[in-house]
Amino acid sequence: MSDKPAPAAPQQSRASAKKELPEHFRGYKHVWVFVELERGEVHPVSWELLGAGRKLADQLNVDLAAVVLGSPGDATRKAVNESFFYGADLAYLVEDSILGDYRNEPYSKAVTQLVNTHKPEILLLGATTLGRDLAGSVATTLLTGLTADCTELAVDADGSLAATRPTFGGSLLCTIYTLNYRPQMATVRPRQLPTPVRDETRTGRVIEFKADLDEDTIITKLLKFIPDRESAKSNLAFADVVVAGGLGLQSAENYQLVRNLATVLGAEFGGSRPLVQKGWISSDRQIGQTGKSIRPKLYIAAGISGAIQHRVGVEGADCIVAINTDKNAPIFDFAHIGIVTDAIRLLPALTEAFRKRLSPENADRLAG
Amino acid sequence: MIEEKFDAIVIGAGMAGNAAAYTMASRGLNVLQLERGEYAGSKNVQGGILYADMLEKIIPDFREEAPLERHLIEQRFWMMTDRSHTGMQYRSDDFNEEKPNRYTIIRSQFDRWFNKQVQGAGAIVISETTVTELVSDAYGKVIGVRTDRAGGTVFADVVVLAEGVNGLLGARAGLRPTPRPEHVALAVKEMHFLPRETLEARFNLHGDEGVVIEAAGTISKGMTGMGFVYTNKESISVGFGCLVSDFAENQETPYGMLENFKKHPSIAPLLEGSEVKEYAAHLIPEGGFNTIPELFGDGWVVVGDAAQLNNAIHREGSNLAMTSGRLAGEAIFQVKSRRDPMTKQNLALYKKFLDDSFVMKDLKKYKDMPALLHTQAQNFFLTYPTLVSKAMENFLRVDGTPKIEKEKASVRAFREKRSLTGLFGDAWRLARAWR
Amino acid sequence: MKILVCIKQVPDSAQIRVHPVTNTIMRQGVPTIINPYDLFSLEEALKLRDKFGGEVTTLTMGPPMAADALRKTMAIGADRAILLTDRFFAGADTLATTYALAQAINKIQKTWGALDLVFTGKQTIDGDTAQVGPGVAKRLGLLQLTYVSKIVEADEEKREVVIERRAEGGTQVLKTKMPCLIAMLEGTNEVRRGSISDSLRAARADIITWSAKDAEIEDLTKCGLKGSPTIVKKVFAPPVRTDRAAFVEPGKNAGDSADVLIEAIFKRHPALEDDMTKLASGF
Ligand SMILES: Cc1cc2nc3c(=O)[nH]c(=O)nc-3n(C[C@H](O)[C@H](O)[C@H](O)COP(=O)(O)OP(=O)(O)OC[C@H]3O[C@@H](n4cnc5c(N)ncnc54)[C@H](O)[C@@H]3O)c2cc1C
Ligand SMILES: Cc1cc2nc3c(=O)[nH]c(=O)nc-3n(C[C@H](O)[C@H](O)[C@H](O)COP(=O)(O)OP(=O)(O)OC[C@H]3O[C@@H](n4cnc5c(N)ncnc54)[C@H](O)[C@@H]3O)c2cc1C
Ligand SMILES: Nc1ncnc2c1ncn2[C@@H]1O[C@H](COP(=O)(O)O)[C@@H](O)[C@H]1O
Repeated sequence: MSDKPAPAAPQQSRASAKKELPEHFRGYKHVWVFVELERGEVHPVSWELLGAGRKLADQLNVDLAAVVLGSPGDATRKAVNESFFYGADLAYLVEDSILGDYRNEPYSKAVTQLVNTHKPEILLLGATTLGRDLAGSVATTLLTGLTADCTELAVDADGSLAATRPTFGGSLLCTIYTLNYRPQMATVRPRQLPTPVRDETRTGRVIEFKADLDEDTIITKLLKFIPDRESAKSNLAFADVVVAGGLGLQSAENYQLVRNLATVLGAEFGGSRPLVQKGWISSDRQIGQTGKSIRPKLYIAAGISGAIQHRVGVEGADCIVAINTDKNAPIFDFAHIGIVTDAIRLLPALTEAFRKRLSPENADRLAG
Repeated sequence: MIEEKFDAIVIGAGMAGNAAAYTMASRGLNVLQLERGEYAGSKNVQGGILYADMLEKIIPDFREEAPLERHLIEQRFWMMTDRSHTGMQYRSDDFNEEKPNRYTIIRSQFDRWFNKQVQGAGAIVISETTVTELVSDAYGKVIGVRTDRAGGTVFADVVVLAEGVNGLLGARAGLRPTPRPEHVALAVKEMHFLPRETLEARFNLHGDEGVVIEAAGTISKGMTGMGFVYTNKESISVGFGCLVSDFAENQETPYGMLENFKKHPSIAPLLEGSEVKEYAAHLIPEGGFNTIPELFGDGWVVVGDAAQLNNAIHREGSNLAMTSGRLAGEAIFQVKSRRDPMTKQNLALYKKFLDDSFVMKDLKKYKDMPALLHTQAQNFFLTYPTLVSKAMENFLRVDGTPKIEKEKASVRAFREKRSLTGLFGDAWRLARAWR
Repeated sequence: MKILVCIKQVPDSAQIRVHPVTNTIMRQGVPTIINPYDLFSLEEALKLRDKFGGEVTTLTMGPPMAADALRKTMAIGADRAILLTDRFFAGADTLATTYALAQAINKIQKTWGALDLVFTGKQTIDGDTAQVGPGVAKRLGLLQLTYVSKIVEADEEKREVVIERRAEGGTQVLKTKMPCLIAMLEGTNEVRRGSISDSLRAARADIITWSAKDAEIEDLTKCGLKGSPTIVKKVFAPPVRTDRAAFVEPGKNAGDSADVLIEAIFKRHPALEDDMTKLASGF
């Protein structure tokens, strides 16, 4: 893609502020990624962060460390090993039964203690419910800066973290620096960054850390955890193929055409925000800035105009196919393949054509 | 619940309501103003041109901080066929005066500012509250209003209906008839944003100077209607309006007409490259003098569009609204100062003020125009523009035909389409209506 | 029960426009609203007050015009509203914001008694960081409950709160002690319309306006731009791609169009056909 960076707006005041790291921060080194382990499973955003962290660490010529918190056991150890597979050089492991389920108090204590002891220059977390809950507490305790919901991370010439995130309802992007404080903290939304290649041959050092925690001093108690029903859960963010509809479909009945195509493709289905507001789809199926980011191999958007808030959630897709009656719709500015036609008429035909094309008999014939 | 009673309740925070509420509150009356929109102006639509003189009478130094877009130095009248326009244009540096006479405004911003002044003058303003009903006593005197909020009845000595063109409350209470489709126009409007420099270059403007284009002709497809283009600071308001009855008869949609207008070869280049934001539709009372309802009664007065006080010929509405609002406010203040009750008899003072003002005088002058334009729509909006355009083209195209023959051809064309007597008849009727 | 709700006045981002040439925000005329997420917290606070008695105070740090948003919270039903406004606060990032808010909250407690609960919204639609809530909690030493979908129980006597909270993959039921900070999840309740008398009370009310001095802020260097560790280096429009989509000509009928479209997809991404065949047959 030939990306032409748009001209930058006039610089903000203080943008030229001098970076002069105070003496006591100069020893802060290495890039850390908080590995989000909840109920035995690592949130995939952690691997995505390790991918981004790897690049930062290489550029800075420092180590990439995974921070793994959890109760003692296989799951925690497995998370450590997986971190190495995804690119970490070392892992800080805090094992404590208090850390079994996420609670803000023990987690923010443990992470803060770890930071104060081992002093990273960059600390990245996922912008998940857990990551956001934790990041705010940790940053405030450390009195450092935190850039939330970033879409891009880079280091600039003098080694500071340049964190880019949407601003003003997504109409603009801004790049934020944390001057004169360490660590530089940022959260990144799931599926914003690619998952790095998993390499089972990689290993790393484990540094165990004993956090000063005591269940008796922790006030908040977990009474129960009610897992989401598997069936209701959408796997939108991680699907390989996603079909979505927008207001162009005109009615909830027509939205069914999207579901039909998704069924034939074994794909996930979703839509633009207005469909959620109209109640045609549930909110966990919203795609975009305030919904889910997706990175499928194929994304089919039917009757979606492609507003910037939608665009930021789908740009990671390998192939974006847009169906829209308006040849000037903004979606054609970032789709790879476009067709100017009535989606309500095309979708059933497309469903049928895909059904034929992808049927196993057809596949056998092709193979044979 | 404690019963709340005010000197006056004003329904609506448009031009008329704000003028009335400001006039009364600044004279010390205890005023409650109710607005159904999220804030004053949130739903209000206007081209829009603000006439300074009428606002000056209410807030003399409004220029200091009111959100004004551009002061107008140029007016273009365009008679259009599908591919051409014949124009009359007036531009004068005299309009670049210290206190300009006309400004473009954006109503949502302007009304909000105006309403802040109302609040500053001491009135209580409650928005997001719809008045659902007028409350009357056993004798039929209006004594308050009911709203759609819990515990929603509030009382007052007098209620000022400034609810705009729909006038549902007035109609519901039997104070006025519902406007008929041939007496209201439906106007649709879009805001097209352009960088300031581009806009100024395109319209030949400096600083805060502005231009207005009013266009009529075949673009309305024989219906009574017109299009307009107003320049704001960083945007252009483009709109189109037609009588509601015409839309229905001709099976045209307002939006379709606007789209058509925007594509016109004379308009499209003005809008090129702009970003469209905001689409609005609104009614305009066009019935004129003959459709003005009863303006006052026991415990109530009606002002602005709700009273059909609108001069469609000159595209004036907000000034009549502001003036009627102000005069109602002044009348109520006088009655109140004399400690008289707000009876029909006493509130007749409002009508007297109105009759003495330009409002009634102008509306009376044009009283026959709306009907004329409506009955002669085909001629005014289709035949004449086409003839004029043909004549102009014929005149300008240099192709070896002797000028004398060209002239003859044009006159013939006029005669064929419309007999000379017909032409004179139209001119005569137009002149009479204008008189 | 004494409850505080932090709210913020934000531009209605649905109506924000970016200048096509200079990429600056065109603020002119953009209406402001109460951050929509804050309303879910306000409603929850009002519900608790209605049940247990007490009072709900709303607080915002912002420019003088933020008083409009506060007045609106009173029209919805809040009992008192406080505007923290001072040039020292300008340009604050989340860390500096939480400092000023926490200091103001201390002063509120000094003036009207200790708070039982502090609410914030889940996040704002302009800052959009979801960090101010956790930051305020940390600074005040309050226990923190974010993404709360339901307040199951609040026991004033035992000073206990039981809530349900959205976590990754499920719902946590947590029990904690008052005072604590709660940020409600969106869509968890429906904000009420105040009555006419609420509106009248709000219209007549004085919005309490505090400067940094009034709020007894201890260290002004921790406020505003000065107290902000992060800086915005540049603001820019998303990169524009110069190439548009490759357009596929629709066929004579929908069936033909479908065929050419599929051809175009698989021609561009040959590996997809195999992947999708597997996916379609349920591998
Ligand atoms: C703070 C903020 C956050 C937001 N977050 C999100 C978000 O996360 N996700 C999101 O999606 N939006 C989000 N939005 C909303 C976004 O700005 C757009 O309003 C929205 O994406 C538009 O949805 P749409 O494309 O379905 O509808 P529209 O913009 O109305 O587009 C409909 C399209 O369908 C086409 N069409 C019409 N008929 C047909 C037909 N028969 N066949 C084919 N095409 C047809 C039209 O040409 C048009 O392009 C957000 C907005 C704000 C302000
Ligand atoms: C497209 C267009 C272009 C125009 N251009 C011009 C122009 O260039 N110059 C000009 O002078 N005039 C123009 N006008 C006319 C002008 O806008 C109106 O004459 C003027 O707005 C009338 O003011 P008003 O206060 O009577 O009514 P409005 O401005 O309509 O105000 C009525 C108010 O009452 C509120 N309301 C209604 N019912 C209730 C209720 N039940 N409870 C509570 N509140 C209620 C409404 O929300 C609204 O705020 C134009 C009109 C249109 C539609
Ligand atoms: N300036 C402010 N004044 C009061 N409360 C605020 C302010 N900024 C943020 N908040 C609160 O903190 C929440 C999260 O904001 P944010 O971190 O900006 O997403 C908001 O929903 C508000 O409740």
